Amino acid sequence: MTTTQQTPPPDDTRDEETTEQSWRGVFEDEGERELSRATTIRLKEDSRKLLGELLRPYRKMIWLLVVIVVVENAARLAVPYLVHLGIDNGIPPILAGEGAKTLITVVSLVLAMALLQAAARQVFLMRSGKLGQEILLGLRRRVFDHFQRLSPSFHDKYTSGRVISRMTSDVGVIDEMLANGFDGLVTALLTLIGTAILLLTLDLKLGLLALLSFPALVLITAWFRRRSAVVYRRTRETVVLVIIHFVESMTGIRAVQAFRREPRNEEIFHGVNDRYREANLDSFRLNAIFMPSIKGVGNITIVAILAYGGYQAYHGHVTVGVLTAFLLYLRQFFEPLQDISQFYNTFLSASAALEKLSGVLNETPDVPEPLEPAKPRKARGHLELRNVRFEYVDGVPVLPGLQLDVPAGQTLALVGTTGAGKTTIAKLVARFYDPTSGHVLLDGTDLRDLTEDDLRERVVMVTQENFLFTGSVADNIRFGKPGATLDEVVEAAKVIGAHDFIMALPDGYETAVEKRGSRLSAGQRQLVAFARAFLADPAVLILDEATSSLDIPSERLIQRALRTILADRTAIVIAHRLSTVETADRVIVLEHGRIIEDGAPTDLITTGGNYAGLHQAWEDSLA
Amino acid sequence: MFSTAALGVAVSLTVPLVTRAIIDGPVTRRELDLLVPLAFLALGLSIAEVLLVWVRRWAQSRTVSDLEATLRHDLYVRLQSLPMEFHTRWQSGQLLSRVTTDLSTIRRFMGFGLLFLVMNILQLVVVTFLLLRLYWPLGVVVLLAAVPIIVVSMRFEKKYLVISRQVQDQQGDLATLIEESALGFRVIKAFGRRQHVQQQFDDGAVTLYDSEVAKVRLASRFWSFLGVIPNLTLVIVLLLGALAVGREAITLGTLVAFITLMLSLIWPVTSLGAILAMAQESMTAADRISEILDTWSTIKSGPEELEHPRGHLRFENVSFRFSPDSPDILHDVNLDLAPGTTLALVGATGSGKTTLTALVPRLYDVTGGRITLDGHDIRDLTLPSLRSAVASAFDDPTLFSMSVRENLTLGRPDATEAEVQQALQVAQAEFANELPWGLDTRVGEQGMSLSGGQRQRLALARAVLAKPAVLVLDDTLSALDVHTEALVEEALRNVLSETTGIVVAHRASTVMLADKVALLQNGTVTHVGTHHELLADVPAYRLLLAAEDEEVHA
Repeated sequence: MTTTQQTPPPDDTRDEETTEQSWRGVFEDEGERELSRATTIRLKEDSRKLLGELLRPYRKMIWLLVVIVVVENAARLAVPYLVHLGIDNGIPPILAGEGAKTLITVVSLVLAMALLQAAARQVFLMRSGKLGQEILLGLRRRVFDHFQRLSPSFHDKYTSGRVISRMTSDVGVIDEMLANGFDGLVTALLTLIGTAILLLTLDLKLGLLALLSFPALVLITAWFRRRSAVVYRRTRETVVLVIIHFVESMTGIRAVQAFRREPRNEEIFHGVNDRYREANLDSFRLNAIFMPSIKGVGNITIVAILAYGGYQAYHGHVTVGVLTAFLLYLRQFFEPLQDISQFYNTFLSASAALEKLSGVLNETPDVPEPLEPAKPRKARGHLELRNVRFEYVDGVPVLPGLQLDVPAGQTLALVGTTGAGKTTIAKLVARFYDPTSGHVLLDGTDLRDLTEDDLRERVVMVTQENFLFTGSVADNIRFGKPGATLDEVVEAAKVIGAHDFIMALPDGYETAVEKRGSRLSAGQRQLVAFARAFLADPAVLILDEATSSLDIPSERLIQRALRTILADRTAIVIAHRLSTVETADRVIVLEHGRIIEDGAPTDLITTGGNYAGLHQAWEDSLA
Repeated sequence: MFSTAALGVAVSLTVPLVTRAIIDGPVTRRELDLLVPLAFLALGLSIAEVLLVWVRRWAQSRTVSDLEATLRHDLYVRLQSLPMEFHTRWQSGQLLSRVTTDLSTIRRFMGFGLLFLVMNILQLVVVTFLLLRLYWPLGVVVLLAAVPIIVVSMRFEKKYLVISRQVQDQQGDLATLIEESALGFRVIKAFGRRQHVQQQFDDGAVTLYDSEVAKVRLASRFWSFLGVIPNLTLVIVLLLGALAVGREAITLGTLVAFITLMLSLIWPVTSLGAILAMAQESMTAADRISEILDTWSTIKSGPEELEHPRGHLRFENVSFRFSPDSPDILHDVNLDLAPGTTLALVGATGSGKTTLTALVPRLYDVTGGRITLDGHDIRDLTLPSLRSAVASAFDDPTLFSMSVRENLTLGRPDATEAEVQQALQVAQAEFANELPWGLDTRVGEQGMSLSGGQRQRLALARAVLAKPAVLVLDDTLSALDVHTEALVEEALRNVLSETTGIVVAHRASTVMLADKVALLQNGTVTHVGTHHELLADVPAYRLLLAAEDEEVHA
């Protein structure tokens, strides 16, 4: 990552890389950090373990498939041998006028083998394809479930982009491997072994001569594998840069155009695109060397067999049939080898994908489910933070030791500058995180002892991110309480004050919200989010900046609704706008994770202090 | 390229004929002296074939990868030039699949498929011809065998296309679910709806599985059918051929050559299906790509350069609609901003404020009336000169995965360090200097994650740094806390005193930055005046900006 030691670039590729670094900026993330040797080995082991786990339920099927594939290849390899028998044993009787009995037997055998091979092949393709899809389905379920179980802190670090690419492109690569690579690899391997054995049994001398090509093949393949791994990695690295730059240019097109960014972007894109092209070119050329080399070895072997075999046949040591069989076998022998170069990349990317997936599956949730869950009674909503200390980074407490008691039914507003710890408190109460030390208690039960279902039924948090899912407006409100009737949904919307705008939509409650709710304005989306929370009817409601994206009329609307919503339940409200704060029963002012003021809003204004100052500034701004 | 390919096919077909010569000559007729020259002939031909393959592939690799890179570059350049109107219609994922998947499909087809297709067909034709020449009755048998292959291949093609499309669509649906479950993770967590989402995903995954299995079933039948036909033909050829040798109609060498040649057809025939599918796919891919290359930007650069913009901005009867058959979003908008004045734009959500600001840098073009800058219709100005005169900071600040510096100097690559620092100071974004690698720290999706407020301040600094004649601020301060907002406003006051400004405002404090306020209602400007005038005279304005609690407690 250091650019300081770089000597003047010897050629322009280096130059390109340095400028690349300067625009990209410096950042160390998990994807880029040089993996230590130990980590690499561990990842390899983990992915092997994962592969084992994925295959284990299908052990019997796999054995069956092995048998079928062996039968198929045996049938396929038997055909040239039968051709040899036909020529050597079938033709002489005919020439001697003794009839075609042997020939007919041999031909029937060829027919039987052909049919057997076709049947076996179909069963194999069908079964292995189905098996592959089953494994894939299992993998998809498992990874999806795991991602959903992991804690928000993991998702914060990992980012949604990576979650999506694990679940789509990585799984896709494994799909491709199962669909294409597997069959090709198995066939190539079995052909290799089967042919070698057959050649040696057909004729030892000719067989040995043919096998002389083996060392050459091994050397070429080893060289190819080594180079291929390097080239493949370069292709991946360069394509990732192309994708990132492309996607960001397109999603940020408004800024790109408004700031005349196009020429500079074009320059950068040209750079990354060019490097990707070079990587592709290398990969093409690698194949351009590998494939003809294998073919060359094959051709020379065939000619050698032809010459030596012809000489042997002249002396009567070898029959024409054997010679023909040899030539047919050798052709079958070298062709699949050339194909290996096609599968190899698929194979490499699949194993890389498997490593990444096993890395994810090895993550354990920071906020685990309790082993012996408490059996909570009906929730009242009494919250207590007892000596809560919390650190995002070791040794740097955001909350050094917080003591806070919120009686059931109270609305508590948190006030303080950015970094004072307001959101952290909200996240602890919603158990997005667990405290580093101390306890968060709901009605006397530590949150860590509640099952996820019990907790979420009691505590709901609404944030500024009012995410809407594909589906109708009603579906999105119903997300708060699956199975709610339409009447309940409408009722919730009415309480929040969202009913009128929803009815004005083309299909009312059944209107599709379209991608991420783009059909609705930010304010309307937020109203839907509130309706959703109201329908969920939790004992504790946390509002983290839930109103800051609203314009004043919508906020006013919400504020009216809030009184209904917050009645009868405990609430924690974080807001920049003091208008929201003023409706609370109690305000605490935080600084560096400590409570510096605590009381009813009116009291705090009269005593004069931090809050009174804020209040004054706010009043002035309303002038 | 094709000539080397054709030559390669010719050479590879000669080898079986040499084989025949060896079997019939040295072996059968006992002419040993012919063996060595024939062997050398075969060797020479084999090596020539390999060299031809190598030359072809080597030459092809450059052409094909250049083609792909050039196409990708052209697509990128075109996409960057297409207007916002285009980009709001197209998801970036859709565009991405065109520059990656579709282009690779075309590359693979050009790199392997096309050539194999031509070579295979060539080989099929030549071999069939040779087979007919060698011994015509057997040649006819082979020819007849081709009929079922062609018929089945064509039927397969159609069915396969349907099911592949179905699989693709379902993969897309599943990807949407995945995307939403990742982006909406916190909401799912907050409401404890894991099982609900899991169930949805499971249903999608199972549907996909069913289609995939149906696809496998279809393909497995087809592949094994393609494999069995050549073998069945071999059975007939072997039988009839051996009988023919017995009747001495052909020599043994001819039979061997015939079988070798015929078996050389297996690979071309079996791969034909795959290659045809590939051709089909790349055809579709090419269609998808030309959809973009055939789209031209509707926002064209004008001829005039504006050397020293003063920033006199006028809206004259401006109206705007997104498409000809949709209603007007804006109509009859008239505004006159003298150089150096700042106008606050106030209006309810959906009243068209953001659209109005987007018209100034021509992210959209007006559909009626005109906007002038220093007396020039902005459509007569070159896009670069217009857009260097106008800079905007948007409500959702876009940061690219690049260094902070690169993000800041978006509009002015030549800005000095001092200017950068000054802009950071105005936007209260000095925190950028404290990042781990200072201004070289990468931010954005692939870099350091920043809070909403931090991102807004960087976006503001970016707009300020552009030193525009017209500065457009679209609700740029919404994510800042009260304290920071006050500091930013203080600093902005200085910047706005020198430039013409349009500020979209939701809060009274932001309005105070402006000399005049325009109230936007139902797509048109209904009132212009100072904050206090409007507050006193216009009830609708009071409703939008007055102290909230009066209403609440009323």
